Amino acid sequence: MKFSALRVVKEALTGHKGWKPLWRNPQPQPDYDIVIVGGGGHGLATAYYLAKTFGKARIAVLEKGWIGSGNVGRNTTIVRSNYLLPGNQPFYEFSMKLWEGLEQELNFNAMVSQRGIINLFHTDAQRDAFRRRGNAMHLSGADAVLLNRDALRQKVPFLNYDNARFPIKGGLWQPRAGTARHDGVAWGYARGADMLGVDIIQNCEVTGFRIDAGRVRGVETTRGYIGAAKVGVAVAGSSSRVMAMAGQRLPIESHVLQAFVSEGLKPVISGVITFGAGHFYISQSDKGGLVFGGDVDGYNSYAQRGNLPVVEDVAQGGMALMPMIGRARLLRSWGGIVDMSMDGSPIIDRTAIDGLYLNGGWCYGGFKATPASGFAFAHLLATDRPHETATAYRLDRFATGHVIDERGTGAQPNLH
Amino acid sequence: MLIPHPLLGLRDAEEFVYLGDASLMQRPDPDSPTALTDFCDYVFLRDNPAGVHRELWFHEQGDRSWLVVTRNTLTHEILGAELATDAARPTVTQEPSA
Ligand SMILES: Cc1cc2nc3c(=O)[nH]c(=O)nc-3n(C[C@H](O)[C@H](O)[C@H](O)COP(=O)(O)OP(=O)(O)OC[C@H]3O[C@@H](n4cnc5c(N)ncnc54)[C@H](O)[C@@H]3O)c2cc1C
Repeated sequence: MKFSALRVVKEALTGHKGWKPLWRNPQPQPDYDIVIVGGGGHGLATAYYLAKTFGKARIAVLEKGWIGSGNVGRNTTIVRSNYLLPGNQPFYEFSMKLWEGLEQELNFNAMVSQRGIINLFHTDAQRDAFRRRGNAMHLSGADAVLLNRDALRQKVPFLNYDNARFPIKGGLWQPRAGTARHDGVAWGYARGADMLGVDIIQNCEVTGFRIDAGRVRGVETTRGYIGAAKVGVAVAGSSSRVMAMAGQRLPIESHVLQAFVSEGLKPVISGVITFGAGHFYISQSDKGGLVFGGDVDGYNSYAQRGNLPVVEDVAQGGMALMPMIGRARLLRSWGGIVDMSMDGSPIIDRTAIDGLYLNGGWCYGGFKATPASGFAFAHLLATDRPHETATAYRLDRFATGHVIDERGTGAQPNLH
Repeated sequence: MLIPHPLLGLRDAEEFVYLGDASLMQRPDPDSPTALTDFCDYVFLRDNPAGVHRELWFHEQGDRSWLVVTRNTLTHEILGAELATDAARPTVTQEPSA
């Protein structure tokens, strides 16, 4: 279905009765060239780029629930490319560039809003580390500005600058970062993929793989067997569960991450702000709600809901940073299951089984990666070679010692 | 979550620090010919089950003991807890008589 200004006017005058579903609801075919498991942002983007950029046909996306029911519809919507390590930063900057052209590419309003992100620093050592990070960002072609306390104060006067324990000394600002409407991203890619002939099959859970002489032949699903020459798994928090059905153990633990939204308020926070002395990040949605979050709960979980200690911890972080939000009422909170990898970085690679490919380990930061992850995974599935920005995301990097550990915390997933 | 500490009774999970899968107590044999891959698997790979999970919690804000807690990762229901030293104690096996 196409959108245009004329169409909006026409529908407004005729009671909005002419809008059609944005994608078909097809029956699964007996077999496909490429099957993508998981209809989250990454799976849908992969299918879109496979069809659009790599000219592949006969593609299906299999989703056990409805598309957008996973983390793509549960995140705090922050998009940024302010990483440090060479294995990561060029990939995230590639993603940022794709975000900048996404709505034109999809002709769909994903509400990509480059309102900027500011990472605060509270000590001289942290300032030096951020200066280094800013330089690493420049090397990848990204934008970064180091703000001192006075410059920061002009931009965001409402922070608690003189907190006795964690005085705010400045921030690293990435003006091109921002937020996007998470479901809009899923819907935009789904619609785009569907228009290119991709079958998006919902309520279709993959329950097993058919593997024959080390090669994948297809997948067993709740809607019957579906043959496939290649299978790409992009199931985020379910990565270990799904790959276990192919006999693979992964360097991943599943953890629950919570998100919080306040009642709608007048515009107060223009961009994304992150606390440098605790784990707390906040932005304000276009509807006016403050959207914020913090750490993972910290224990293995598949429950899609968290516990109260983290609620308290996040609220304390918020109060330490900007006491003005203390009287805002919390409207909603929820949890999502994140695929925490052993070094905090993702995996986009082949597996030990021919024709079976893995996209996972996105931790709590894979929303920003959605366009590049889809593009790189499509590149790998189509050409059997990694995309140039994703060469470090190998599954065997743990064995070879080429881990990409931004936080430097080692093989302890709840600390990344 | 309340953890039934075998010595101290029900304790708030907030008093504990979480480490991970209790299989971390089974360090591979460094002298085995496969030690290199064994250690790599030990450090980096996890079963990560959806359901019953045996896991290590450290009672940092309490008696500083390590516990093996059995918990359902789908519901957060805690099914039991024992001291890690007890869990690690080798079960006595009868030596075959010569
Ligand atoms: C609370 C929260 C806040 C976050 N905040 C941010 C943020 O601010 N910025 C950021 O960059 N990232 C953020 N993230 C991380 C980001 O949302 C994820 O990394 C990313 O969405 C994961 O990729 P996905 O969209 O493909 O996952 P999902 O949307 O989870 O897609 C995976 C899909 O696979 C399906 N599936 C699972 N098993 C099967 C099966 N057997 N058969 C078929 N389908 C299956 C699931 O139903 C699901 O729909 C956040 C995550 C959470 C939970």
